[in-house]
Amino acid sequence: MTAMEKLQVKDGVDQETVDAVRSVGERYKYGFETEIEMEYAPKGLNEDIVRLISEKNGEPDWMTEWRLGAYRRWTQMQEPEWAMVHYPKIDFQDQYYYAQPASMAKEKPKSLDEVDPELLATYEKLGIPLKEQMILAGVEGAGDAAAEGRKVAVDAVFDSVSVGTTFKEELAKAGVIFCSISEAVREHPELVKKYLGTVVPVSDNFYATLNSAVFSDGSFVYVPPGVRCPMELSTYFRINAENTGQFERTLIIADKGSYVSYLEGCTAPMRDTNQLHAAVVELVALEDAEIKYSTVQNWYPGDENGKGGIYNFVTKRADCRGDRSKVMWTQVETGSAVTWKYPSCILRGEESQGEFYSIAIANNMQQADTGTKMVHLGKNTRSRIVSKGISAGKAQNTYRGLVSMHPKAKNSRNYTQCDSLLIGDKCGAHTVPYIECKNNSSRVEHEATTSKVDDDQLFYCRQRGMDEEEAVALVVNGFCKDVLQALPMEFAMEAQKLVAISLEGSVG
Amino acid sequence: MGLALEKDDPVAALVDRLSRDGTDGGWAAEARSAALSRLAGMGLPGRRDEYWKFTNPAPLTAAAAADVAAMPDETADVFAEATPLRLVFVDGRFDADASDALALDGLEIETLATAQAADIHWARDVYGVLEAAGQSPVERPLAALNSAVARDGIVIRATGQVTRPVQFHHRHTAASADCAVHHVIRVEEGAALTVLETGAAAARFNKVMEVEVADTGRFNHVRIQGRDRERLAATHLFARLEAESAFKSFTLTVNGALTRNECVIELTGDDATAHVAGACIGEGDFHHDDTVFITHDAVNCESRQVFKKVLKSGATGVFQGKILVQPDAQKTDGYQISQGLLLDDDSQFLAKPELEIYADDVVCSHGSTCGAVDETSLFYLTSRGISKEDATDMLVLAFVDEAIQEIEDDALADVIRAQLAGWLDRRRG
Repeated sequence: MTAMEKLQVKDGVDQETVDAVRSVGERYKYGFETEIEMEYAPKGLNEDIVRLISEKNGEPDWMTEWRLGAYRRWTQMQEPEWAMVHYPKIDFQDQYYYAQPASMAKEKPKSLDEVDPELLATYEKLGIPLKEQMILAGVEGAGDAAAEGRKVAVDAVFDSVSVGTTFKEELAKAGVIFCSISEAVREHPELVKKYLGTVVPVSDNFYATLNSAVFSDGSFVYVPPGVRCPMELSTYFRINAENTGQFERTLIIADKGSYVSYLEGCTAPMRDTNQLHAAVVELVALEDAEIKYSTVQNWYPGDENGKGGIYNFVTKRADCRGDRSKVMWTQVETGSAVTWKYPSCILRGEESQGEFYSIAIANNMQQADTGTKMVHLGKNTRSRIVSKGISAGKAQNTYRGLVSMHPKAKNSRNYTQCDSLLIGDKCGAHTVPYIECKNNSSRVEHEATTSKVDDDQLFYCRQRGMDEEEAVALVVNGFCKDVLQALPMEFAMEAQKLVAISLEGSVG
Repeated sequence: MGLALEKDDPVAALVDRLSRDGTDGGWAAEARSAALSRLAGMGLPGRRDEYWKFTNPAPLTAAAAADVAAMPDETADVFAEATPLRLVFVDGRFDADASDALALDGLEIETLATAQAADIHWARDVYGVLEAAGQSPVERPLAALNSAVARDGIVIRATGQVTRPVQFHHRHTAASADCAVHHVIRVEEGAALTVLETGAAAARFNKVMEVEVADTGRFNHVRIQGRDRERLAATHLFARLEAESAFKSFTLTVNGALTRNECVIELTGDDATAHVAGACIGEGDFHHDDTVFITHDAVNCESRQVFKKVLKSGATGVFQGKILVQPDAQKTDGYQISQGLLLDDDSQFLAKPELEIYADDVVCSHGSTCGAVDETSLFYLTSRGISKEDATDMLVLAFVDEAIQEIEDDALADVIRAQLAGWLDRRRG
């Protein structure tokens, strides 16, 4: 008997919705563990560990110093407590900060063929084929867009290290650099030096600072001016080792007029103990560039009694530095015991755009505190926030967001909509938006009612004889599908399950 | 926070500054000393407190406030048509000579000084009690400060349908900067009471009103805050609503340097309703903060928060609203709207409309918008031959009207509309 079955489901929430939430939230099919020989750094965190990580990655001195600087700052900082999440105090000295498959430690494999087959098998089991000949040919969707096969370049990160990056050569032809961040530090120090830490400063917050000190690997992307990245880029994060924190760092730079779409997926084995994941993602969009960043976060959420699961404390931020640049965050958050994540956009360039689409599902004992920040600094900037939170079981789901219009951000526009759905009477849904409007030519709108869907569309539907509820459902569902279809194909399948969730019985 | 009083000079200095001589009855002395230890435990709010994110509490917590020139008394008669029982406070002290006699059908009414002299008094179950309950989950040290030091105020128990409203009118005559006033009101079962508030009170005014409404009781509250430009004010309205009771509060604020109006309501009985609304218009050095916290603790209750802010020439409008729906408060209907109208580019509107919901069978919604006067509407009006200034004023009045409509009595609402129109006229000279 599961917790969901015991729950009283209220009238008006249809069975399909309940089933969908259950299937997403309850079975965790990625909970297996790979038996593989691992090499760890000693437990705990101190300057020596930071140096060790730096050394393992073969980093130059400036990088080591950068990390040490971050570590020293971190020791002065306090853990943030403002989020609506509760968890036992984390003992930061009781963690491994570096773990890598032993086969990777001896001699770095030169190509994917040399990678330990056990590792590759792990990724295949997860549905992430790394071998180029096995690249998936797209998922058949409803539309004709799927008819054409699509290629995806994957960077796979296993515990602390990147085990392989595919399609590097083909990307290189287009001038796109896609590699692990440790490789980038070695091969492209000028780019890393120029951009690393410029979006999320070293001492931005407790977890970002920790990450800056101990990040072990992650992905690096540079798309040169005017290049439309020929394929989707993807990183797949896997935590495998026990008591290991994963601290990945992603840096994506889209130079003038370029375009890149990046996907991120994450899973972890089922364990009784909580594991820490503190990532930092930095996006830089220069003039006319566009970055699309999609996440399906499916870390192990813990069991129904709240035992185990990943603590997901992530700092993600995009800097729309150039005029007319655009960043779009799409996230489907279904995993993690505790989520603390606010993908944000700094809209610095004139006419730059930020978008945030989020579906957050929390079930059983999960706690999610997630949202976004849209900081409008440039003129004529636009942002849009669409957030759907769904809570079931005893979960708590919080939307926390900031929309800020600075005095100089004339004629800017924001539209925010956040809807929450509660299934069962033991869960909670919370909304904590901050709105700061400091000029009068901008418009900020925050709505959280299902009745406030576009009146014109509603009117159109009503005119055709639908009742209000039907009309709202149609409009909202259509809208929801748009968000999901904005997800790249590979993720659409997983996310599609959520479409079944209707907005009936929703609260703002 | 959490400092002991003797070590914490700012608290002691403020308590000292606000304390006035007066007799101290048994129950009141206990309540005051309990409030004082609450305050000592909390300390004064600071800039880093999340609850004061948008408003700097320093002017309200400083040991001394600057004197402010006395204001002409102009709002005493605005509600004359409603023939209120008028009670006058001069610089925060009750003035019996200037006031009507303390007697009205359906009411037991007395001053706080009289009430505290009685050994046993119903007010002891309300004075500082609702305030103390309102300290969780968010601390409100300025309210505890008030409970600890206030000696002036009115104690009202409504036992029937009171036909005339009771008006608290404040006059500011001396430069004496600080004052603290504390009213205690209980509306008994089936009774109804309207309380009006007018006038400029002091350079720095700290006011607490605690209202308990018993089953099926009705309480209406309409307040016009003084026009004194340099005023600092921290007011708290604590209410506890029992079954099927109804509570409505509306506040009009024009000018004032720093105003923080907090409203803390707990719906403890089924089928109760609470409406809190506010309209404010300010220009220049004007900072207005409406902070509302409504807790739904019972089934089938309704709450509404409607706040409109018109801001000009560098004025700042703040709204922090919260609807907390406790696990068993099913069938809750919660609504919250906060809107800022910025008449020029220097003003700002800051909002934090929060929902915290632990029950599933509820309808809660909130909206918050901010922007300039609608160009299309302005064009429409000017194309009909209305001057741009008149058109803007019309749109401003239309904008705030949604909040004014929350006033139960239409005649009182019209008084507010007239006040607003008058203010807009004067502003244009």
